Amino acid sequence: MFDRIRSDFWYELLNSPVTIVSAIIIVLMIIGCTFAPIFAPHTPFDPATISIMDNNMPPAWVDGADHRFLLGTDLQGRDVLSAMLYGGRISLLVGIGAVALSVVIGMAVGLLAGYFGGMTDAVLMRIAEIQFAFPPILIALLFNGILKASLPADVFAQAAVPIMILAIGLAGWVQFARIVRASTLVQRNQDYVTACRAIGLPTLTIIARHITPNILGPVLVLAMLQIAVAIVTEATLSFLGLGTPLTEPSLGALIQIGSQYLFSGIWWVVIFPGIMLLLMVVAFNLVADWVRDYLNPRLR
Amino acid sequence: MYFLLARLFQATVVMLCVALVGFLVFQFVGDPVLSLVGQETTVEDREALRESLGLNDPILVQYARYVMNAVQGDFGISYSFNRDVSEMIADRLPATVELVLLSGVFSLLLAIPAGIYTGIRRKGGIAQTIMTISIIGVSIPSFLLGILLILVFSVWLNWLPSFGRGDLATVFGLRSSLFTWNGLSHALMPAAVLCLFQLGVILRLIRAEMLEVLRTDYIRFAWARGLPGKRVYFGHALKNTLVPVVTAVGLQLSSLFAFSIITELVFQWPGMGSLLLHAIGQSDIPLLAAYLIFVGLVFTISNLIVDGVYVLIDPRIRHGAL
Repeated sequence: MFDRIRSDFWYELLNSPVTIVSAIIIVLMIIGCTFAPIFAPHTPFDPATISIMDNNMPPAWVDGADHRFLLGTDLQGRDVLSAMLYGGRISLLVGIGAVALSVVIGMAVGLLAGYFGGMTDAVLMRIAEIQFAFPPILIALLFNGILKASLPADVFAQAAVPIMILAIGLAGWVQFARIVRASTLVQRNQDYVTACRAIGLPTLTIIARHITPNILGPVLVLAMLQIAVAIVTEATLSFLGLGTPLTEPSLGALIQIGSQYLFSGIWWVVIFPGIMLLLMVVAFNLVADWVRDYLNPRLR
Repeated sequence: MYFLLARLFQATVVMLCVALVGFLVFQFVGDPVLSLVGQETTVEDREALRESLGLNDPILVQYARYVMNAVQGDFGISYSFNRDVSEMIADRLPATVELVLLSGVFSLLLAIPAGIYTGIRRKGGIAQTIMTISIIGVSIPSFLLGILLILVFSVWLNWLPSFGRGDLATVFGLRSSLFTWNGLSHALMPAAVLCLFQLGVILRLIRAEMLEVLRTDYIRFAWARGLPGKRVYFGHALKNTLVPVVTAVGLQLSSLFAFSIITELVFQWPGMGSLLLHAIGQSDIPLLAAYLIFVGLVFTISNLIVDGVYVLIDPRIRHGAL
């Protein structure tokens, strides 16, 4: 994979200002959200620091605003900007965590199916095909719904973030399995694999040390696209009230809270988290598009 | 013929597996006896009820019974509504089908010409604009788009109603909101939300396929023969982009149903999606399982149709080469 980082990497990147801006947005969001306690002007979910007197403040540039709250406050007097940073942290954590889980499962399944072929391949790919029948968001939704039905409410609320990662990760592995299998089928007949077998390397070593590095390119592109999908899925589940609890809202849950006050003219509680979510997803999509075109110049 | 029979067999196996998942959910989440009896019921009564419901039979027998009932359209009684599940689904289905059809037709009508255009003139200003809009279209979460539309068209401009299905009318025995102006104005925003995502996905796929095909030797040869652009693009190139596009459109159909869940919540549209959300909220397992099987059925049938279309458009399948 790393030999693909050709000498034209910087040339191509500098020729695509949209990609640079997207990459900067992603980096800024990751830093800003990871260190939310440092950057956030307030601690929005600590009842001791918020005051109900500050509720429904509009953003700082609108009449009647309080300069302490740059993007205004919600119904309970929580600072919207701080809530966004804390919420973005959960969105990014779930998005990246879920894709990491999908990659691990998908690569294991795809490598096994592609390398061994035969019955292993047939069984694994049939399972994948059946799961592929269902849109990932529906699987995550049903999985979440079933867990919610079978776990006690307090356990479910406490483990909300790991459960989301599990639900979204399990919903997304099929696509990784499919592309990894397809690439493995090509790689396993290459001369270098035959050579590895000839010198008697164990099968696991061949798969892990020799085949895996050669199939990482498409996995990387898909992973970036899937992070965007996972963030949207998480936001959607939270919006539906099935994701993160209201004491620890992600961006989707913030939008859901805001959407309840849409008709009272309080637009900032829903618009700003919405813009942040959209920027995050578009940025991941654009960078993934660029990486795909870079790795596969024929598409340009 | 052999191809279609094999696919039919596969579809049956897929449906049996989906039914198995539905059945297992039934089996392991919650105890149906507990949800039927009160505190005072004795252990013996519970045991008798268990026996009469057939819950003591071997698991395979129970699965077979579940499948037999499902085939006959019997998915049991909803825990929370105390009504026949299949009856409830039949009640809610028209509203969802309405939305899915409207948005599906619109997205195809817009995506195919736009995809071909951006594939042919990919450097042009209009094409670049279409591509930028399409990337926002595939990125924006549908609930966010729905809220923004409500904010702009219902709260600020006050042009369109923000919730509900509106007036219904009966035309040729079909009862639908699409036959009245009021109903159409209610359906416009939810259908637009459902449409935009599909539009982006299909448009980008057609464009990518077009680019791929336009590079091939036979297209270069067609140019060399001096054929007019219209014949090269539509007579030669378009046909070969169709197979992956038909596949994708078939796959998108079940995702339309999935995304209608969110759209229906945002616009309070009384369809299957809001029913499913209710079922999840209430842990209504029979309803959940029936929904699962229903979506599986939609997917399987649309896949079968896609396979049938393959036979029509790809001569290699017709002649048994694939």
